[in-house]
Amino acid sequence: MQLAFFYLFAFLTLLCGVLVVANPFTRNPVTSAMFLVLTIVSMAGLFVQLHAFFLAAVQVLVYAGAVMVLFVFVIMLLDLKEEEQRRIKAVMAILAAVAVAVIAVAMIRTIKQSVVGFSLARPEVEGSTIELGQRLFTQFTLPFEVLSLLLLVAMIGAVLLSKRDLK
Amino acid sequence: MNPVSLQDYLVVSVLLFCVGLLGVIVRRNILVIYMSLELMLNAANLALAAFSRFNNNLDGQVIVVFVITVAAAEVALGLALIVALFRRRQTTHVEDLATMRL
Repeated sequence: MQLAFFYLFAFLTLLCGVLVVANPFTRNPVTSAMFLVLTIVSMAGLFVQLHAFFLAAVQVLVYAGAVMVLFVFVIMLLDLKEEEQRRIKAVMAILAAVAVAVIAVAMIRTIKQSVVGFSLARPEVEGSTIELGQRLFTQFTLPFEVLSLLLLVAMIGAVLLSKRDLK
Repeated sequence: MNPVSLQDYLVVSVLLFCVGLLGVIVRRNILVIYMSLELMLNAANLALAAFSRFNNNLDGQVIVVFVITVAAAEVALGLALIVALFRRRQTTHVEDLATMRL
């Protein structure tokens, strides 16, 4: 059962991921964005399989909710028409595919050869949001505060950049 | 006993990362390149969550929370930059954006 769900979500994640990058029917960025949403949602399914329930929720809320809405808004704002006619150079694409495939094979071989731990988490630790929150606010307080500062900087930067004249 | 091993998750993560990498290299629309970058970040998140689960250590999940936050900030800023760039140059095609000069 668990295996079936793992393969289902892994397959969905990879399929939608491929369709983000190389959709055979259209090169419209909106389609890519929609498949990216599907990728993210099926990856949330994988997080549930890993008993990371909080991460699954955050993944759907922040990525599929906030980030992708931002993407779609910008695509709508930019009004891209001439994009469709451009050709991708076939030689370049094949070369890139070969290079990436070599990297993939090298990494997968390394993973298969390594004997990393198979031990499962203790039931009282696994996926517990309480435990995660405690870590976040005790052991990782400083990174957490730095992150809030980063978000503030990003917000100010986005406001500045969206102004009409960058003076 | 969990029949799905850590290796399986890592292989999925590697494959997703490579799909994203291919997108960054091949696609010429700056928005799609950006989405491929998100794909790569997600692949890294999956690897972190899998390591966290199989090593009985929640630190990996904390790092995933951080990565998601940084990704959100990055997307907000990057899209603002793309919009500003589009106002100047009227294109999102990276080959038209080859000069540093505005």
